[in-house]
Amino acid sequence: MEYVAAAALGFLGGMLGGLVGVGGGVLFVPALVIFLDQTQVGAESTSLLAIVFVAALGAYRQYGYGNVRVRDGLVLGGFGLVGVIGGVAISNAVSGRTLELMFAALALVIAAQLARRALRPGGANPPKARAPGRP
Amino acid sequence: MPRDRLLKLLLIGTAGGLFSGLFGVGGGTIIVPLLIFWLAYGEREATGTSLAAIVIIGAYGAVAQALYGNVNPGDAAVVGIPALAGVVAGAAVQQRIPERLVALLFAALLVATAAQFIF
Repeated sequence: MEYVAAAALGFLGGMLGGLVGVGGGVLFVPALVIFLDQTQVGAESTSLLAIVFVAALGAYRQYGYGNVRVRDGLVLGGFGLVGVIGGVAISNAVSGRTLELMFAALALVIAAQLARRALRPGGANPPKARAPGRP
Repeated sequence: MPRDRLLKLLLIGTAGGLFSGLFGVGGGTIIVPLLIFWLAYGEREATGTSLAAIVIIGAYGAVAQALYGNVNPGDAAVVGIPALAGVVAGAAVQQRIPERLVALLFAALLVATAAQFIF
């Protein structure tokens, strides 16, 4: 039964990945902790492995739909290494609770901006605003 | 590639990696909105390109954690294999809904994530 619940959350996490472009870790981690009895660190690590495969298939499908700028994605991924190393170092130096609250505050600010942008008249992407980034 | 564009990609990639290293996620939470705000990406393109970056960023963390013995491949398969079906379905649905709905879904995800971190 636990496996069924974990698999169901996994499916939803993947769905989220396809819909909004995240890896699905936000659901994988709780699924692993609650239903498969992993520790927080074990769950985050195991989730990362699943994320790599889910993101790869998702990116492949999105590429087929014409939604991937491959060169930008490679640059983002390449420079991500600097951030990963910095993030691991910071997470060992600052209390987890402080980090969580900082992240929550940032997430709410971004959410408000995205929502305001999506709800304004004229739509999320007026044609003029899209032009500069196009290859 | 123009220098300011490269610089923005560098900052976004580093920020995504930072979040991945800090919270054990892929970094899409930060990459998607920054691509939209800073590089005028459409929502669908931002999510597709984010997934491509996550493959690479997630792999750094997965490899590092595997070396520490923290990765459980069997459990990864339990959540990951259904997730493969999910991501195909999610991407298909995304092509059929307005981009502003994608943005609102993302905003809702951020609020839910913030709540999870606060409580």
